[in-house]
Amino acid sequence: MNAQEIGKVIPWALLLLAAAFVPVVFSPYWLSMATTMAMFVVLATSWALFSGPTHYISLATAAFFGVGTFVTGLGFQTLPFWMLPLIAAALGGILAALVGMVTLRLSGVYFVIFTLGLAELVRQLVTWVQNQTGQRGMYVLTSITERDIYWMLLGLAALVYLAGWLIGRSKLGFALRIIGNDETVARHVGIDTALAKVALFTIPGMAAAAVGAILAPRYIYIEPSTAFAPLLSFQVVIMALLGGTGRLWGPLAGVIPFTLLWEFITRQAPNQTLLLLGIVFLLIVYVLPGGFVGLWARIRRRFHQGGGA
Amino acid sequence: MSRTVLEVQGVTKRFGGLVAVRDMRFDVTEHEVMGIIGPNGSGKSTMINMISGLFPPSEGSIRLKGAELAGLPAHKTARKGVGRTFQLVRLLPELSVVENVVAGAVFGHRRRWGKPAEAHARQLLERVGLGASIGLPISSLTYIDTKRVELARALAGDPEVLLLDEWLAGLNPTELATGIDLVRSLRDEGRTIILVEHVMDAIRSLCDRCVVMSSGAKIAEGTPAEVLSDAEVIRAYLGEDEDA
Repeated sequence: MNAQEIGKVIPWALLLLAAAFVPVVFSPYWLSMATTMAMFVVLATSWALFSGPTHYISLATAAFFGVGTFVTGLGFQTLPFWMLPLIAAALGGILAALVGMVTLRLSGVYFVIFTLGLAELVRQLVTWVQNQTGQRGMYVLTSITERDIYWMLLGLAALVYLAGWLIGRSKLGFALRIIGNDETVARHVGIDTALAKVALFTIPGMAAAAVGAILAPRYIYIEPSTAFAPLLSFQVVIMALLGGTGRLWGPLAGVIPFTLLWEFITRQAPNQTLLLLGIVFLLIVYVLPGGFVGLWARIRRRFHQGGGA
Repeated sequence: MSRTVLEVQGVTKRFGGLVAVRDMRFDVTEHEVMGIIGPNGSGKSTMINMISGLFPPSEGSIRLKGAELAGLPAHKTARKGVGRTFQLVRLLPELSVVENVVAGAVFGHRRRWGKPAEAHARQLLERVGLGASIGLPISSLTYIDTKRVELARALAGDPEVLLLDEWLAGLNPTELATGIDLVRSLRDEGRTIILVEHVMDAIRSLCDRCVVMSSGAKIAEGTPAEVLSDAEVIRAYLGEDEDA
């Protein structure tokens, strides 16, 4: 790492440190908001690591997330809590690799539909197993507090940023950018495109499953219809696109305003949330096609042109 | 001492009931420019695409320095030393010109990464005559410059054999002269090149040998002067009464 890179890392480290003090400084209400934001930062950032460069829109977040919550639901009484996100991440990674091997040969819309169906498939499977065993939902009663959850998510977010930064500098990251531009060219310059895509697709899988495992105590009662709710997958896509996927900080810039907006919408118009979600999505596509990252790039370009001429 | 780099033996490609390439066989020796010519639809591009691994041949063998390429996917043929350009130029629009060329250097036959890869890419861009436009975005390159970038990318992995699929097509007369000089200079530095081409001037001045294809089969092989005076070749190009 050279001096310039250290200079870039320092503000991020300070931001992380400041974020760590949120539970100490702010009220429980704002801690709850911050926890939601931390959750979506992990989900949207890890989502964008894969979907940003490859342009494959994955709606599988809910599937991985749900698997994570069930890992905690089934294991919290017998295993130490710190092991659960690790197990969930391993399962999420394996599930993502399997799904990736089957679906990443599909392109565009087929991949989108398959990933959406995946969450439903896993949900139905879990429901079926529960029906067979006569079980319904599960209570997750732990001594884990909102603060603990927040700090764990913050740590996970730091890991995701670290992974993103390392991938961005790696051959894998470069390969993914080439694949996103032209897959035929990628193959002809020697990239094993299937392997590269599967390798990267495991990252959002692992992250989302770990998030699910960490958040399960917050829900107290978990059942398939809430754990695998497809809305989560759409929220993650919208936040990541609102922020923009071209830069590592993009999803963060989408998560913060969107979480606040969502809070406002659900309180003011609880029956119109989906309608408003749709409108926001349309606005992003039409007004902010590159998200805040694209907007920022446009502003900078204009500024540089103005200054140069 | 010349030795065989690429051997094509008994290669056939069927698309359903259509036989696009039938029992093709030819050798390419080191430091040679081999032309594949023939009328439209004669199977030239299909032949090139099988060598580069875009799709596998239905039958037959393609060997690069003794190693079998037939049936390997494109990323493996690239690693074994096949570099190519495309009939319709394919660049990576979101990447810079230099990154477009680095892309060819990182994963292929001879690999470079980081500063050496970038230095190699810049050197190749100078080599193909794109030094001046190196900082431009891909979208504002002229047509011949996009072809230059693609050529530099194909060269960046130091391929054993370079496939140029109508690389000279669509250039205006001035650009064509420049393009022919460029390909000739590549030959002079000892590269082995397979050229699919329609431009007769280019074939005459660049190719050491030519294979002529018609309706998927080889109908002649030899120096450009020989094959272009061959009665069957002339009939294949001009004979309206052969197939309508």
